[in-house]
Amino acid sequence: MENLKTNKIFISGDEAVAHGVRLSRPHVIAAYPITPQTITVERLSEMVENGELDSDYMHVESEHSALSAAMGASSVGARTFTATSSQGLLYMVEAMHYASGGRYPIVMMNANRSVALPWSIYGDQRDSLSQLDSGWIQVYVEDAQEALDMMIQAYKIAEHAKVLTPMMVNLDGFILTHTYEMVEIPDQAMVDKFLPVFETPNKMCFENPKNMAFSSQPDDNTEFKYQQNQAMFDAIEVIEQTEKEFGELFGRNYQSMVEEINCDDADAVLVTLGSITGTVRVVMEQLRARGLKVGILKIRYMRPFPEKEIMALSHKIKAIGVIDKDISFGYEGTIFTNVNSALAKSNASIFKKNFIGGLGGRDITKAEIEKMYHDLLAGITSNNQKTVEFFNLKVETND
Amino acid sequence: MADIDIKDIIKEENLIYTKPKVITDTVMHYCPGCSHGVAHKLVAEVIDDMDIQDKTIGISPVGCSVLAYNYLDIDWQQAAHGRAPALATAAKRLMPNHYVFTYQGDGDLASIGAAEILHACNRGENITVIFINNAIYGMTGGQMAPTTLVGMKTATSPYGRSTELNGYPLKITELIAQLPGVAYVTRQSVHTPAAVRKTKKAIRKGFENQDKKIGTSFIEIVSTCSSGWKLSPVKSNEWMEEHMFKFYPLGDLKDSEKESEESYKKYIE
Ligand SMILES: Cc1ncc(C[n+]2csc(CCOP(=O)(O)OP(=O)(O)O)c2C)c(N)n1
Ligand code: SF4
Ligand SMILES: [Mg+2]
Repeated sequence: MENLKTNKIFISGDEAVAHGVRLSRPHVIAAYPITPQTITVERLSEMVENGELDSDYMHVESEHSALSAAMGASSVGARTFTATSSQGLLYMVEAMHYASGGRYPIVMMNANRSVALPWSIYGDQRDSLSQLDSGWIQVYVEDAQEALDMMIQAYKIAEHAKVLTPMMVNLDGFILTHTYEMVEIPDQAMVDKFLPVFETPNKMCFENPKNMAFSSQPDDNTEFKYQQNQAMFDAIEVIEQTEKEFGELFGRNYQSMVEEINCDDADAVLVTLGSITGTVRVVMEQLRARGLKVGILKIRYMRPFPEKEIMALSHKIKAIGVIDKDISFGYEGTIFTNVNSALAKSNASIFKKNFIGGLGGRDITKAEIEKMYHDLLAGITSNNQKTVEFFNLKVETND
Repeated sequence: MADIDIKDIIKEENLIYTKPKVITDTVMHYCPGCSHGVAHKLVAEVIDDMDIQDKTIGISPVGCSVLAYNYLDIDWQQAAHGRAPALATAAKRLMPNHYVFTYQGDGDLASIGAAEILHACNRGENITVIFINNAIYGMTGGQMAPTTLVGMKTATSPYGRSTELNGYPLKITELIAQLPGVAYVTRQSVHTPAAVRKTKKAIRKGFENQDKKIGTSFIEIVSTCSSGWKLSPVKSNEWMEEHMFKFYPLGDLKDSEKESEESYKKYIE
């Protein structure tokens, strides 16, 4: 670890993202404002205009145009950034598949927010989880520091020659975007060392002319998709390497694909994604103090998926619960589906339960999390609970 | 002087003004000095005056007026950001005896929804469009819109809009006035009692045009966004008069009816 020049400031998650982007020196930023992403793009436009950041800021007319502009920039080898949330992410969807299929290493910040109808500006994770199949790497952060750090890491991962895949950094709307924390702002010189200027042969240029976006026939389409899938698997090693290198240089380590917290001797483990991990940590500590063997599996990456880690964990524990701020209508929470598929591959027959809630910005309380742990512990001996349960469901539904 | 009891004042014979029937009792969320409230009231008064409360469908946008359905007691649909003209097209075509209007901000109409409004107007849909142009994305916290004036400071143009970076302010109303499908295009405001009266007349005309089936009616209301502009209500009105009206001059841009099919058929004959 090098000598750290500590420079901590009190900022919101959105501002932390803006600093992470500034330090990564993108050539082009293209965005359309949407709550709760707005502070990020406001700070970035300010940084560009006051000369702190040498970047072209494109104020486009919609998210569809924002991501299309980012693709245009990326196709000539520029480092690009865009940011959105919720409706904006969904409006980008067509271009998201273009970007991943074209292997443009664009980095996007997505402020997790629920999706209309009913229209709501508050948080859940239905926006990005609905896009797991879009071919983007997806990481979810727990706090503002991790948000900043992941912006820097994201470029390194996405731009890696073996990966060349766009990457989305997700942070929970309002809970992270609008709350203030002490955040360490890394030194520019160190970031430059970690993240050199983007060089890629995969770009349009006069010396080596290339067409970056084209059609395919039934003859070769499957091969394109195979390679895209392979790149996503290759990304796992790159993620692990990048994480290690980042930890050595900056002294912060996020354990890579997942973070296991007190899982080694745990009977019951709760799987979390994003900021809810913070609350679960508090409850887990309290229950540990009372002698209950409980732990947390904080999933960081949803794509590529931490299958290996979940399979290994399944042999150590007796019950697993998944908190989903999401529902795939007609089935179950999307995180649960993904976790369950890994459990099936490991032939683990442990107690499992999917807790669905926190939709449209509803708080998830410590008491609710404590109950989840108790449900899991009870499930080890007698399995008489529903596998998929909406928690804190008010009685006035149209059942 | 004897104390006057409030009960002595609230009497039928003292009544000089009452809010439109169509306006609900819900407290509006609009900032002090915002034009949205006045514009809502005018739409409500026209609906009252024409006695069409049960036959009016509003399409609300995404923007500060997304909650318009809480304030006007008529049928409403909320559209995705920018898509109100598409919903209005369908509603009007299926229920031609209803009065269908969209109520849209400049971000909704002139930015993300530019395609929908141009095409609905070009098709000459028999709807009324109320376009609230405050030259900013109000709801999201005052970012630059396509309509933002050159040099104007916003949350995403902190040193003022520049044409080199951001192009020119879009006079979408002038563009729309060129389309053969539109019957009536006007630009008004609500900054003085006289202006309020004129705007109300324009809205009424826009609604009455639906009876005549003569094409789209498009009413721009040059508006304030005191919060986005970071000015007091009074200063906002002054700023609007001084700067907005110079670039967005008030008055009618078109008052006729949509062009005939005959005049277009000749090209393939
Ligand atoms: C697809 C999509 N992109 C972005 C947004 C965020 N958004 C909400 S309102 C708005 C702009 C509103 O501005 P305007 O239409 O001018 O209305 P005002 O609030 O100024 O009346 C934006 C960008 C959204 N809701 N949906
Ligand atoms: S932000 Fe602007 S447009 Fe929105 S209510 Fe306030 S003044 Fe009106
Ligand atoms: Mg506006």
